[in-house]
Amino acid sequence: MDLTHSPADEEFRGQARAWLDAHVPRTPLPSLETEEGFAAHRAWEAELAADRWSVVSWPERYGGRDAGLLRWLVFEEEYWAAGAPGRVGQNGIGLLAPTLFAYGTEEQRARVLPPMATGEVVWAQAWSEPEAGSDLAALGSRAVRTDGGWRLRGHKTWSSRAAFADRAFGLFRSDPETERPHQGLTYLMFDLRAPGVTVRPIGRLDGRPAFAELFLDDVFVPDEDVIGEPGQGWRIAMSTTADERGLTLRSPGRFLASAARLRHLWRAQGSPGHARDRVADALIAARAYQLFTYAAASRVLDGARLGPESSMNKVFWSELDLALHETALDLLGAEGERADGAWAEGYVFSLAGPIYAGTNEIQRDIVAERLLGLPKGRR
Amino acid sequence: MRFLLDSGQRAFADALHAMLTAADTPAVIRSWSRGDHARGRALWSRIAEAGVFGLAVPEEYGGAGPHPVELAVAFVELGRHAVPGPLAETVGAAVLLGDPPLAERFLPALASGERPATVAAPGGYALDGDAVSLCLSPAPEGLYLSTVTPGPVRRSLDPARRLARSAPGGELLAREAPYDRALTWIRLATAAQALGVGLALLDRTVTHVRRRTQFGVPIGSFQAVKHRLADAKTALEFARPLLFGAATTLRPAEVAAAKLTACEAAYRTARTALHLHGAIGYTAEYDLSLWLTKARALRSAWGAPEECRDLVLTDGLQETDGQPEADAW
Repeated sequence: MDLTHSPADEEFRGQARAWLDAHVPRTPLPSLETEEGFAAHRAWEAELAADRWSVVSWPERYGGRDAGLLRWLVFEEEYWAAGAPGRVGQNGIGLLAPTLFAYGTEEQRARVLPPMATGEVVWAQAWSEPEAGSDLAALGSRAVRTDGGWRLRGHKTWSSRAAFADRAFGLFRSDPETERPHQGLTYLMFDLRAPGVTVRPIGRLDGRPAFAELFLDDVFVPDEDVIGEPGQGWRIAMSTTADERGLTLRSPGRFLASAARLRHLWRAQGSPGHARDRVADALIAARAYQLFTYAAASRVLDGARLGPESSMNKVFWSELDLALHETALDLLGAEGERADGAWAEGYVFSLAGPIYAGTNEIQRDIVAERLLGLPKGRR
Repeated sequence: MRFLLDSGQRAFADALHAMLTAADTPAVIRSWSRGDHARGRALWSRIAEAGVFGLAVPEEYGGAGPHPVELAVAFVELGRHAVPGPLAETVGAAVLLGDPPLAERFLPALASGERPATVAAPGGYALDGDAVSLCLSPAPEGLYLSTVTPGPVRRSLDPARRLARSAPGGELLAREAPYDRALTWIRLATAAQALGVGLALLDRTVTHVRRRTQFGVPIGSFQAVKHRLADAKTALEFARPLLFGAATTLRPAEVAAAKLTACEAAYRTARTALHLHGAIGYTAEYDLSLWLTKARALRSAWGAPEECRDLVLTDGLQETDGQPEADAW
């Protein structure tokens, strides 16, 4: 059991901190979920990338620093402690990139990753459909074979970032005749501005277009944009979602910083007794999440793969994020209802946490069936 | 940075688990609850032989310590088997008596298991004071070797915990004793014990809901049942890294956070275990009760939730804690 970082990792932390001190915008950027804010966040990605801070864990040839998992966690601690902006490239960096590293070709990595690292190409995810949410394998959007590629037909929805993003990735049914719904799916990347794509932005609770519906009408996708073997999409996507729920989607640094800000807010409000327990519990949960993640990272560095345990992770951070923001709004008294308050954007975002990336009910089923060995039953 | 138990530590846990499984602890617990300490003392000796108390005792006094991580590993197993007796208190006594000349006088017998000890919480109880000859009472004027007040001990919600009171005065062993450090070790041991209690409750309940059939199917196939167990599992698995983080740093606030979280997770698991067992779980006769009642008792011992939260709020949880406040929003 060793919780100390190596001197080299601490030096890396110092470099990250110094860079962030010098570059993090003094005033928060406009909301990521507006056209203006999206552009400002895209410019921030470019600024990060110019000094190779946007994807520190990636190999150098794609714009990273070969920093490894532990330094990525260190970077994230510094990043969120510095109050740096949310990451508009998150979907691509956290979901698509790990898939490309595991299943993509070298040609795909060389083509897709560098512009992802700079924010030049921002990615949206295209999983859900109107009739396929928690039961994702029920999806019906088709990929039909054609000369040199595929034609996409169907309807995707709840596609995060798609209102302003450039490209998307998701699952499509390439073989409708399989025995089980999880078979015959293909993992594809496509251009949101290609002929046949209609993007209809959807306003989330606060009205901002944080996601969109995608109508796909014979959209051509070349073979080079298929990831892995056609028909193997489910397995590939599930390994991506294990990453999403596991280590890479929500780093502990984010919650450590939020919890520290919550304690600051609590003290600034005169340390009221009504919120005392919740503030202490948020600090403890953020620390627990950090240590849980260090343990998981240690196992990964030992060669283990994260499996169903990442489902516990997703339930934990999504509930922590919500509790943290609810406590902050309660501490603000009458100001807590202001839509332009410092905690409002984060609060609205946190409300979606238990729903996206597999609802928390799906996660609890996975924990019960795959970690505890309980029998499958009706959902 | 390598935040994992090594193979030696895991093997130590496995060996203790095997030894305690063979020891039939439910029978030992039940006789201990009746005030018959013979079987409990025999088990105590075996736990000492396995080196558990020596983890809090330096080598020169017959131990192998201090090894707080291994101690936490061991106490998870003691909790998993609901071993009775002043276990955490004996660890606390080892710390209180850790300086010469007291160390020479007391520690070898404590490490060898010959002499279990208890510590009277200031203003509180001396756990199992009727079962030991070494009862320490920290007081403002120093550390006393006390006797327990005569008469029957008070009953705890956990029948295996016997609540004695130390008599005032006694032999003044030292004018100054490291009480805060001892409290940190007792809390760490209690946190580990609680985690073990919670893990045992979860295991037993998972076994039960897989076997128990209603409406023609195992009740463990119902989502309402699954989700309660998934939440218990998650709470316990997030308490675990706090426990080992606290054992690694030994910072009082980290230990308090671990104590609070492990006890909370164990207690929530106890509520789930009771509910999912139905009426049979509500009986004293069924062995589940031995863990159910301990989960509640440990929550109150050596730092109730509010006391632990106080430490977290005043001391903070990590070296860099509070750093973002400089430029808070």
